[in-house]
Order: sequence, then C-alpha cells, then structure tokens
Amino acid sequence: MKLRHSTGGGDEKVELQMTPMIDIVFQLLVFFIMTFRIAAQEGDFNIKMPLAAPKEGLPDDLQLPPMKVRMTADANGTLQSLSLNEKTFREFKDLHEYIISIIGDARGPGSVQETAEVELDCDYNLKYEHVVEAITAVSGYVENERVVKLIEKIKFSSPKSAPSG
Amino acid sequence: MKIKKASSKILEGDLTPMIDMVFQLIAFFMVLVNFNQDEQNERIQLPESVLAKPPDSPLEFPITLHLTKEGTVIYAGQDVSMSGLPAYLAQERATLAGKQTDEEATVIIRAHRDTPTGKVQELIKVCQESHFEKFALRAKEEVGN
Repeated sequence: MKLRHSTGGGDEKVELQMTPMIDIVFQLLVFFIMTFRIAAQEGDFNIKMPLAAPKEGLPDDLQLPPMKVRMTADANGTLQSLSLNEKTFREFKDLHEYIISIIGDARGPGSVQETAEVELDCDYNLKYEHVVEAITAVSGYVENERVVKLIEKIKFSSPKSAPSG
Repeated sequence: MKIKKASSKILEGDLTPMIDMVFQLIAFFMVLVNFNQDEQNERIQLPESVLAKPPDSPLEFPITLHLTKEGTVIYAGQDVSMSGLPAYLAQERATLAGKQTDEEATVIIRAHRDTPTGKVQELIKVCQESHFEKFALRAKEEVGN
C-alpha cells in the first residue's frame, strides 16, 4: 500500500472543510431552539401527613391551640369565606398579617414559630390555587429576597365528601 | 489612492465570527434545555406563590404525580385513574425497598390550579394508603411581586 506523502514545501496552506461542520452545528442549533421552553422556577411546600393520627402526648405549655383555617367555596370553586378559629378574614393578606402578629419575632427551638401548626379545612370543590394561597399566607413571606418562615407545620383535615349532583 | 481590482478568485468570507456566535448560541440553549419530561406537563398549570423557591438540594426519592383539573393522575407520562394508582405506587415502593435505605420517598404533587381541593386530598389519601407520608405541593414562582 502506498502512503501519500505531502509533496512540495511545507508552506502550503491547509484549508479545512467548513461546510459539514456548519451543517451539523446548525442542526444542533435548530434542535436546541425547538426544544427550548421557558419554564418558570418551581418550588415545593412540604407537608407531612402520616396516616394514623399522632399519639396524644402530654399537653405542652408552649403549644398553641390548634389553628384551623376554614375555607368555604361556592359551586364554581371560588373562595367564599376564610376564617381562622372562628375569626373571619376578608382576604389572605389579612390572615397573613394576623399570623405574623401571633408568631412574633421569636425563632428557634420551643418558639411559637416552631410549635405552631395549621390545619386546613377546605370544601371539596374549592379551587386548589386558594389552598396554595392559604399555605403561602401562613407559611412565610419574602423580605429582601429572603424567605422568612412562619408556620411550617401544615396539615389537611379529613377530606370532605364530594357534593352530590 | 489605489483601488484593488476584483480578482477572478473565489471570494471567501471569514467564517470565524459566525461560528463563534453559533457556538455561543448552542452553548446557551444546551445549558437551558430541560430533558426531564417527568417534571413537566402541558396540561398542568401550577398555582403561583411568592414562596415557591427552587430547593437548595434535589429531593432524594421523588415520585412526581400530576393531577389534572378533571381529577386524572398522570404518572410517568401516562394517564392513571385514582383507583388504578395504588398498583403503580406499589411498584415504586418495591423499587425503594430494593435500594435499602431509610430515607423516605417524597410524593411531589403537581396539581392544576383549578383542581378541586377534594381531589388533591383524595390523591394524598391514596398515597397514604400506600404508606407514603411525605408530600410536596408544587407551585410556580410568582414573579413581579
């Protein structure tokens, strides 16, 4: 087999074939542009819900009475009323301010912020977005781009049965 | 001033700046591309919340369940009815047992914003019956507030 040797002086300019590379590169570019989707950032609200009710322990002095957020809905699932332990609120903002006033500034072990628990009691056909609004109102707020936590323990009360008809 | 005469040679444009740009674009789109189809679904419009910040570290054992506003569950890209879900959850449970870890799996619930809350609670109940206790309700970050 003959091996080709480069002939002549070494000062010949080697030209790269650009066409195939550009072909592939544009293919890639088109692929990534097509699959590109602007997705908003997502985050989670953690809730822990064991099946069995937690065992009744000794009542804790620091334990607040359970906070029950009651939300009722009309037939379309729109929020009709919002209340916390018989105290009615017009907006989630009012609930949020009330929660801030309860929690105060104390943080750390044993503080109200750590022990408080909220139970959500919602109508069956209430739109889920209102639940998330309620969770947002009780669980914290954003201050200087940082999340300040309020109540972290959130649970649902037992589900209501579906409305007949 | 002398004006160069156009020679009969083929004119070659300088491709370097164009290739630079094209590679920049490719790199940009590659970094942003999201292949994880499990995590997304076009039928689901998540509710918004200012507190929905992406977690610092990814969850150890996430199980993503989408819930449409009609109450159908989408698990791994396929529609599953609420009553058919325990079979799939049992599979997940078996996979988890094979991994031999004490870490609890987290069920990520991506429910549509207009889903009746009762449906979400039903879904939570079905998961609880399959012995999953940790849940994460997913929301979209609210921008401009």
